[in-house]
Amino acid sequence: MTGHPPSRLAMLLLAALVLALFLLPWVAGRYPIYLAIQVLILAVFSVGFNLLFGYSGLLSFGQAGFFAIGAYGCAKILLAVPNLLLGLAGGVAAAGIAAVVLGILSVRHTRIYFSMLTLAFGMMIFSIAWKWRDFTGGDDGLVGIPRAPLEIPGLLSIDVSAMGHYYYVVLVLSLLAIAAMYRLVHSPLGLTLQAIRDSETRAEFAGVPVRKYRLIAFIIAGLYAGLAGALLTPLENTVTPPVAHWSTSAEPVMATLLGGVHSFAGPIVGAFFFFMIKDVIVRYTEYWLIWFGVIVVALVIGFPGGIMSIFAKRRLPWRPARPSSTQPDKPAASQRHDRISED
Amino acid sequence: MTEFLKIEGIAKRFGDFAAINGVSLTLPADRLTAIIGPNGAGKTTLINLATGALFPDSGTIHFKGEAITRLAIHRRIHKGLSRSFQIMNIFARLSVLQNILVPVLSRRGRAGMPFSKMEREQEAVTEARRILGEIGLLDEQNDPAGELSHGDQRLLELGIAIAPAPELCFLDEPSSGLTPVERARVLGLIRKLSAARHTTFVIVEHDMDVVFSLADWIVVMNRGQVLAEGPPAEIRENRAVREIYLGEELTA
Amino acid sequence: MDNFAFQGLIGLSMAMYLWLISAGLTIIFGVLRIVNFAHGSLFMVGAYLAYAFYGQMGLPFWLAIILSLLGTGLLGLVMERVFLRRIYGIDEAYQLLLTFGFILILDDAVKIIWGGVFKIPPIPAFLDGSWPVFGRSFPIYNAFVIAVGLAVAVGLWALFEKTWWGRTVRATASDREMANAIGINVPWVFSGVFAFGAMLAALGGAIGIPVRVVAPGIGAAMIIQAFIITVIGGLGNLKGAFVSSLIVGVLSAYGTLFFPVFELFFIFVIMAVVLLIRPQGLFAR
Repeated sequence: MTGHPPSRLAMLLLAALVLALFLLPWVAGRYPIYLAIQVLILAVFSVGFNLLFGYSGLLSFGQAGFFAIGAYGCAKILLAVPNLLLGLAGGVAAAGIAAVVLGILSVRHTRIYFSMLTLAFGMMIFSIAWKWRDFTGGDDGLVGIPRAPLEIPGLLSIDVSAMGHYYYVVLVLSLLAIAAMYRLVHSPLGLTLQAIRDSETRAEFAGVPVRKYRLIAFIIAGLYAGLAGALLTPLENTVTPPVAHWSTSAEPVMATLLGGVHSFAGPIVGAFFFFMIKDVIVRYTEYWLIWFGVIVVALVIGFPGGIMSIFAKRRLPWRPARPSSTQPDKPAASQRHDRISED
Repeated sequence: MTEFLKIEGIAKRFGDFAAINGVSLTLPADRLTAIIGPNGAGKTTLINLATGALFPDSGTIHFKGEAITRLAIHRRIHKGLSRSFQIMNIFARLSVLQNILVPVLSRRGRAGMPFSKMEREQEAVTEARRILGEIGLLDEQNDPAGELSHGDQRLLELGIAIAPAPELCFLDEPSSGLTPVERARVLGLIRKLSAARHTTFVIVEHDMDVVFSLADWIVVMNRGQVLAEGPPAEIRENRAVREIYLGEELTA
Repeated sequence: MDNFAFQGLIGLSMAMYLWLISAGLTIIFGVLRIVNFAHGSLFMVGAYLAYAFYGQMGLPFWLAIILSLLGTGLLGLVMERVFLRRIYGIDEAYQLLLTFGFILILDDAVKIIWGGVFKIPPIPAFLDGSWPVFGRSFPIYNAFVIAVGLAVAVGLWALFEKTWWGRTVRATASDREMANAIGINVPWVFSGVFAFGAMLAALGGAIGIPVRVVAPGIGAAMIIQAFIITVIGGLGNLKGAFVSSLIVGVLSAYGTLFFPVFELFFIFVIMAVVLLIRPQGLFAR
């Protein structure tokens, strides 16, 4: 994450991958395309999540709240006005507004509290989705949501009801979102967020308004979650409360952990493997969460860098140890806790 | 000499403990001040109050004529204050260059630019490299900061403190834990920056050699109050000061 | 007015479950500095074990509770010794992730062992029935729950203030290096405290089985409420946890009475209000 520009080989692989993604509907049947859409949605979801976690040091267990707001928001709009772009934009905007409100309440808190709060807020949104029958349809959810055409009045109207066509909508938007995130994390804002992650105190004393930047990261993550949720709605044609449940919040967490927290591609790679593994597991048993629980435990204890750490050029000191201040010439890691000593 | 930093009647309690018990201090610009005193005297608390890590229970702090008593930390940095830490506080996962870039970008108001490519921030990068050159870490610019040796991390810590081009910089025990060679490097840097008249340093130190070789002015604290202040020669002769440093060598 | 007071009593008994789980969470945090995400799952395991011994095997109620406590305590011991111990000292986030992994495992595990269907075993005969209170029938079992909760509160106070074990734990909590230096076996204290906290959670789960549903999701619901209570009371503050449990329990009961649709939402509103007014918690020092 210290900003090595990608090598030529990596760029070529990336180009090949993008090309393959565009060619997918020509070679694959409906189910693989459906799966690919889900992978892309989770990738967008996870990339937003990791801006908060990997880059800003904030572990949120409540991102499904914004995912759900994006999904329900899109649903409500599409049920009223069958315009895909409007639905998507509306879902994202609604999620963004929610992220502003909840962010203001959450980011003033330190990491543990923050994680607990996000879990609570996520489940709060779940309980609203479940109870507010009149608006959300309660536990039956909203049904019959059209896979509305991609329409700009007066300019174009593309029918995307076929799975293969809707795939291209998701693909293009996902690629744009991921590209935007790439630019963001490699910008001064991205650098500043990482500084805040490494040492909140030091960042403050470097003139960075820490709370404001955390809020910005939170809002962006919420927008991405909202986009992911909004993209799901036309795919499934229904929205039900489980999209707001903590188990949905867990998906970007698991995907990112699997792929690698400290790499940009980690959440994307992780999203792919998440679905691959889940697809295999559910063929044998309906109890797939327990297996993912085992994977999470194994990753945290044995392989915290995730899949991408195999490719990492440097072994960054991710396990900050106690500093050995009595040995001046030994490499020492800085303290993980920022304490202002009281003399 | 202008009234640069003016601290008037500040007090700070932690529960029953009065860490600072009525301190008034006026520091002019361009005079390197050292704050000394036994453990628990309140030196670091004073820095915390001056830089905004803590707010005083009573009293006021003015910087360049402006009241900053309850101003947020990051705003004080933009007004020209800065500090280094006793416990090392660097950005461990970032490279050495990036560690310096963060305060530089922040000072330039560029820290929040979301889409600008880092390559475009050339001015900031150049300035960061210049600072690295001054503290002698230019060769390590791409190494992760967490992998530096202890002494180099201290230098980096100092670099981060001076990177926002502060007018007033507090250094909290800058030489602690350093080998003699490293200490000489740090002191040389402080002397050079001080002499160039860009930054006024206020140093908290335990090491008397360092204090007497650097300071133009010494403030002695004890039990949350200022016991004495004056030029080094005066302080050296001061009876009360010698008493609290029972047996310790005051002469350099 | 009578209705009001009655509902308050109902809220008090609800508060006791919250108290039992929050107490364990708070103690574990206070000593180990870990937020045990899986604490709700331990509550759930306690309920399932008690159900297995009492509802399925037909053992006496009191015995089932004791066995459930032992079983869950053992599970907690294993969790701490084998897994958590490896990640002390690294980024807190990974502790959260690890304990989160446990939730995934435990929640599915109970489904695999007991199936997903809700269970409600019968109330033990000597605790069945009700007393006339405030002109209405107050279930004796609720009084039992209140009694247990208060007993635990008093017991914990006595434990930490008066006993050698309590003092050892407090010493370790406030300064573990110092505790180590004076000869306290800190790793043992950690294991013991974690198991103890697990048992408290299990107690909450176990005594709830005749009146609350035994189902896979109860752990998750409880941990969120426990978190909210912790946020309100201040992390690591046992007294705060007790009072907050009372507040949340009683207010939730009133919420159910006056705003039935939004009872779930109500508790979050309380939390949000506290966060706005006093972010560090009502009882933080």
